[in-house]
Amino acid sequence: MMKYKPFIFRLLETDQGGRYFMSILLALIVLVLVCNLVVPESSSFHIPTYAVTLIGKYLTYALLAISLDLVWGYLGILSLGHGAFFGLGGYAMGMYLMRQIGDRGVYGHPVLPDFMVFLDYEVLPWFWYGFDHFWFAVLMVLLVPGMLAFVFGWLAFRSRVTGVYLSIITQALTYALMLAFFQNNLGFGGNNGLTDFKDILGFDLRSDKTRVALFVCSALALLLGYLACRFIVLSRLGSLIMAIRDSEGRVRALGYRDEYYKLFVFVVAAMLAGIAGALYVPQVGIINPGEFSPINSIEMVIWVAMGGRGTLYGAALGAVAVNFAKTYFTAVAPEVWLFILGGLFVGVTLFLPRGIVGAVQNIRGMYRNSSEAGISQEAARK
Amino acid sequence: MKRILVLVVFASIILHGLHAADDAGLDDSLQSSFGLLVSKSFSDKAAAIRDIAASGNPHSIRVLSSLLDGNLYFHKKNQSMILVSATTTKEYEIFDLLTGKLIETRSKKELRKRYKKVVINNKLRGLLNEKLATLTIFSEDKSTRLTSVRNILKTLNPSAVKLLRDAITQETDQDVKELMRICIAVFDARSEIPEIQLAAINTLSGSLYPEARTVLEQLKTTQFDRTGADSPLLQAVNSSLQAIELKAGVYKQVENIFFGLSLGSVLLLAAVGLAITFGVMGVINMAHGEMLMLGAYTTFVVQQLMPNSIEYSLFVAIPAAFVVTGLAGIGIERGIIRYLYGRPLETLLATFGLSLVLQQLVRSVFSPLNRSVVTPQWMSGSFEFNPVLSLTYNRMYIVVFALLVLFGLLWLLKKTSFGLQLRAVTQNRVMAKAMGIRTDRVDALAFGLGSGIAGIGGVALSQLTNVGPNLGQAYIVDSFMVVVFGGVGNLWGTFFGAMILGIANKFLEPVMGAVFAKILVLVFIILFIQKYPRGMFALKGRAAEG
Repeated sequence: MMKYKPFIFRLLETDQGGRYFMSILLALIVLVLVCNLVVPESSSFHIPTYAVTLIGKYLTYALLAISLDLVWGYLGILSLGHGAFFGLGGYAMGMYLMRQIGDRGVYGHPVLPDFMVFLDYEVLPWFWYGFDHFWFAVLMVLLVPGMLAFVFGWLAFRSRVTGVYLSIITQALTYALMLAFFQNNLGFGGNNGLTDFKDILGFDLRSDKTRVALFVCSALALLLGYLACRFIVLSRLGSLIMAIRDSEGRVRALGYRDEYYKLFVFVVAAMLAGIAGALYVPQVGIINPGEFSPINSIEMVIWVAMGGRGTLYGAALGAVAVNFAKTYFTAVAPEVWLFILGGLFVGVTLFLPRGIVGAVQNIRGMYRNSSEAGISQEAARK
Repeated sequence: MKRILVLVVFASIILHGLHAADDAGLDDSLQSSFGLLVSKSFSDKAAAIRDIAASGNPHSIRVLSSLLDGNLYFHKKNQSMILVSATTTKEYEIFDLLTGKLIETRSKKELRKRYKKVVINNKLRGLLNEKLATLTIFSEDKSTRLTSVRNILKTLNPSAVKLLRDAITQETDQDVKELMRICIAVFDARSEIPEIQLAAINTLSGSLYPEARTVLEQLKTTQFDRTGADSPLLQAVNSSLQAIELKAGVYKQVENIFFGLSLGSVLLLAAVGLAITFGVMGVINMAHGEMLMLGAYTTFVVQQLMPNSIEYSLFVAIPAAFVVTGLAGIGIERGIIRYLYGRPLETLLATFGLSLVLQQLVRSVFSPLNRSVVTPQWMSGSFEFNPVLSLTYNRMYIVVFALLVLFGLLWLLKKTSFGLQLRAVTQNRVMAKAMGIRTDRVDALAFGLGSGIAGIGGVALSQLTNVGPNLGQAYIVDSFMVVVFGGVGNLWGTFFGAMILGIANKFLEPVMGAVFAKILVLVFIILFIQKYPRGMFALKGRAAEG
């Protein structure tokens, strides 16, 4: 039975949840497109553009959660600084968007962005060169988070920093970046960050069409990101990183240089987070140092924990669910939100150690009440 | 400025006078002078002033200075002297001049009706200044003399300096004599005679008084304009200035070390509990910073409960904070952490969630605004080592307090059976359990202890910064750095880690700004654990393989 199957089917063959996830995502794209563009505004089925952008934002979060799940759920590294990569990707895109403003800023300076005029810059700092080209910005979206992850991971994994130590150091990393980006003289707009964007690739950012296009891009990025992670997980490398997660010492004893594999996955995850950040910025219209704050990064962890770590689609589900709740509660009762978020942290770790996905699997396992179900899932967990 | 200075002198004199106020024997001589003082004639008043100055009465300084300040009134009927000081613009407090007791508080109108001010003119003012300077400079009390010379240094009144030249010959105390020499030299540095000027400049070499520096810098510019670069006078000025800058630089470093030590002490109080819980259970309590915050809020609540005895509130707040946060810690351990045993990363998340809840709880109960905690009288103020170096008392107390806590903990760990059990569990949990140690009890108590210490750290912190819901967050990352840097399972590691990081922060701050200093320290630690992944004072041997 060596019948040829398309690559994508091979990826999803053993992944029932993933198939659902893909179908839902594709259906969502079609649904949103139809309901926004075709259904007339007067109809109650019409999805307004702001909602499209909101969903697009959730999808970038979902991509971020998937990348974090790759690191945490499969590699076993609890990164409390994943927001750093997201933020850097966002800043790279923000810098491109800033350069696109050109002389349409408030001060109308032909070269310098508004905040630089305001802060008495004479010339454009060297690290802003090249960002007027889209391809360069895209390259930086991948390279800057990737390089940071590479240097940091190389230092950390080589000296075998693991467990809680590593988590705390990642938190220190994003904390340090936050402090640095809050400085006005760093050349990234200080605490106001980068904002007031006008257009992307010549398309007006405020127009509905561009926003819908950005949503579609986010959805496609999420789809491709999911497949890429799935590919890594299913490959021999994937087996190896799960072995590292479960017993790093044994992998090392078998002769593998585990730090290289860890480094590779860490860098890939950082790049995915960078892409998520780059798609996030044009949709929300601002990037500021708050994205680097440790609490943001740790919130991402709870998305993954909530959805179910070690299942990529679970992470995406968790990201959307938690953020939907956040949008809802911060609007209705802002003071309650932190109680809920804190409660989620405690509740999920105590009562839902495998997240929503795990809970659903447990319930289904009970239904089947047979011996073969559920056990394989249990074994995959540690 | 001058008024404030006069007030300060005045206040110190009053304080001094109050102690001496009981011996009433000499008061009769003053009373007779008061008779002249109420007279309308200024020459009578001048005679009275001379009498009072010559009387040798301990109150005479107080009487003359209040006369100079226009605070001396007399009763219109019985002509007895009183002292008036304005508390607000409307209210006046009336004191008995000789006993210093508060008689009554009156409005301005009532004051005018009943009492009359002793009026003086400029001539009398000059006389008063002269007599007061003489009286204070030759006073028997050292601090009165010091304040007096310091005031002369600020005004550099020629007649006062002349008086100083007499006084310095009789002065026996070295400190006062030194100050007098500086004062005369500052005056002489502006002299027209080059020899005197040169001698004065040499005297000022290395003096830390700001006046000395100012006069030398003035000389530098004026001399340069007048004589060019290579006059001997200018060279002397330059070398004196260099000596001053060198000395001031050294003291600046001493001050930095002191600030670093006090920051290190706060870090120590914050981190030591974290190190204990991490050492014993291998879990990091992200809600640890909130224990600091709870301790600080306990101080606030204690002060609200006992507003009349703020002075003693800290002595109540310290045990109260220990109990409150200790119980909270035990509650966290029993309620959450023990169910997550063996899953340190999940513990980290759960306790982080808890910290969010606690922050929001405090925000809901106490409002999101900062609360101010009163610093007791005995902790405020500063110890003036010399004009450039003054160490604030609250920071000194915090350093001492942190050391006391450290030694207390060392005693607890080394000398008590609980400490023995704690160390045993830290080193090898399974073996400790096999030996019959109730490890879950040790866990709970260790968590309570660690949280309790963070709580009393919060009391200390409330004396340094504002108390707000985000208080703990600001210190939590730093405390982790201390633990990572110092290593786990050894209190001395935490101690040195905290002190080194504190001092490093304070030394880097002036060079590169507070934020970049912090970033540099973080980067340094990330590099440091490359070499020493388990910190400076790592446990050796089998215990390290946890």
